[in-house]
Amino acid sequence: MTTQLPIDQMIDVQRGLISREIFVSPDFYQQELEKLFTRAWLFVGHESQIPNQGDFFTSRMGAESVILCRDHAGVVHVFLNSCRHRGMKVCRYEQGNTSLFVCPYHSWSYTTDGKLQGVPLYRALYEGTLQREDWPLIEVPRLALYKGTVWASWDAEAPDLLTYLGGAVDHLDQVLDCRDGRPGGSEVIGVHKWILPTNWKFAAENFLGDTYHNPSHRSVDMIGIGPSAQRGQTGRRDNEYNKGQHVWVGFPQGHGMHSVLMPEQFDYQPSYLQYPEVDEYFRHCFYERQRRQGEKARLMPFTGNLFPNTSYHGRQPRGLCVWHPHSPTETEAWRFFLVDADAPASVKEVLRRFYMRYSGPAGMTEQDDMENWLYATQASSGVIARRYPFNYQMSMGAYKTDDPVPGDVSLQITEQTPRNYYRVYSRYLKNEGWDSLLGRDVQPMREAAE
Amino acid sequence: MSDVAERVASRRGLAWYELKQEIEEFLYQEADLLDQRRFREWLDLLAEDLVYFMPIRRNVKFGQHADKENTRQGEGISWFDEDKWTLGKRVDQILTGVHYAEEPLSRVTHMVSNVRLLDVQPSVDDPHEVTVGCRFLVFQNRVEYEQYTFIGRRTDVLRRHGDTWLIARRELILEQNVLLAKNLSIFF
Repeated sequence: MTTQLPIDQMIDVQRGLISREIFVSPDFYQQELEKLFTRAWLFVGHESQIPNQGDFFTSRMGAESVILCRDHAGVVHVFLNSCRHRGMKVCRYEQGNTSLFVCPYHSWSYTTDGKLQGVPLYRALYEGTLQREDWPLIEVPRLALYKGTVWASWDAEAPDLLTYLGGAVDHLDQVLDCRDGRPGGSEVIGVHKWILPTNWKFAAENFLGDTYHNPSHRSVDMIGIGPSAQRGQTGRRDNEYNKGQHVWVGFPQGHGMHSVLMPEQFDYQPSYLQYPEVDEYFRHCFYERQRRQGEKARLMPFTGNLFPNTSYHGRQPRGLCVWHPHSPTETEAWRFFLVDADAPASVKEVLRRFYMRYSGPAGMTEQDDMENWLYATQASSGVIARRYPFNYQMSMGAYKTDDPVPGDVSLQITEQTPRNYYRVYSRYLKNEGWDSLLGRDVQPMREAAE
Repeated sequence: MSDVAERVASRRGLAWYELKQEIEEFLYQEADLLDQRRFREWLDLLAEDLVYFMPIRRNVKFGQHADKENTRQGEGISWFDEDKWTLGKRVDQILTGVHYAEEPLSRVTHMVSNVRLLDVQPSVDDPHEVTVGCRFLVFQNRVEYEQYTFIGRRTDVLRRHGDTWLIARRELILEQNVLLAKNLSIFF
């Protein structure tokens, strides 16, 4: 399909107007699958899910099933989950350990490094024609491991992952590093998978730093479900950041974060008050992190979205989410919950219980998000509704570059991060080169401040 | 005769049927409290040490179901693995009137069937704690067009409390893998 879509008219970030078409139109959806999800780096899983040789975890990239696998030499691969013969899924288990992926259809079988090994009746039917080595499982051309997370891209020309992440990696580190500041060391303790009747970008945008939607969480804030709720604290989490400067940061690759820069001198804020042992653990981690990271320890995470569809919660709760597209108006949401692998069992116990009551379809906070995304999608699908763009004019021009942290930084709640996100999104849909997708060949965006 | 058949046959005395009838009525009344949205009264039926558990079900290879199909209570992430305090918070949240996932309130019907007494302690003649299995079908209709059907197996532990019962443990085996609903904002 060649694109004739009026992308620039639909996505006018200078004026802060974005068409509802990109959230409901099958044409835009198809262009996303063809031009965006085939190129961007996508999160596929975590090494803690495949610790041993032969371990696999069945994941998704865009709308397609892939297998994340550690082969018998210990090398990590990502394969398209589709037999080369007639396309049957070669793996319909969610995770496990195997020496072969055997297709149920005609029994072609593949080794854990993707090679086609078994072809029934090979000598009688294929000898001299089929070269097994030419028909391995389709493997991503680009794969990267970063602090336990596994990422892949279908574009052989994609820049390396760290170039793609750019300055956003400083924020991602706050999710992936141990609470005491050691690099990496997280593990996945469970995965939620559920169906959202919404466009996937509503969810991604929420994590770009849409702090403005706080009123929709009023009910949970009133009753209090945080780890200090039984000590009388309202709100949905501990207020660890009340002395910090909130920052909303956009990066030229399309990433957007809401983080907090703590003052130069700042002390531990007591938290997990109903669990003294956990409070003590985090107090210890806090000082260790300050000791290890010094000035860098001032940056604390809230939420973020790595372009296009990997989001995170940095601390309370802590995890990665992927918003897999199913259709213009349906998304399969996956949430990977993280803890420090070497945290005490008592700490993990408190965290997992908090994560469950906060997050996902049974989470008291996020249920209200799902309600919003559903009805925002539904009420934007009509012919009349689609004539009227969404308003993205909040805090126009109100940001500085590289002050006080790297990136385009706003010190007030802003729609600068989604404006930036959709600017990059439009470049993917126009099939631009990687220099453009990384924001290297363009001036910093300056909208007309109203 | 198999162990199961023998166990069932050996329990079919009058006291057993009376107890089964009492338990069934308790379960139906409990379901009715939820369907009538009498959430606070429903909370009163929960023991203080309640365990409320709904695992996530996974697609696993034949032979691994006992070990790996369901997430486990007490570890990792499930749909629900919580206590009475948390369920009380869920009720509080609905009653704020601004929990938009349940505002306006959903219409919900709980069907309970296939009720079986799985264990009675210390005895059928003097039942203090009863383990009861059933099937559930929970139908949720929401706002205008949203509709969800939750079907599965439930195992409850009921504890004698005066002339009624308290729910001490509820395990809900939902027959889904990827959750086909946007939310689990109702009680099961």
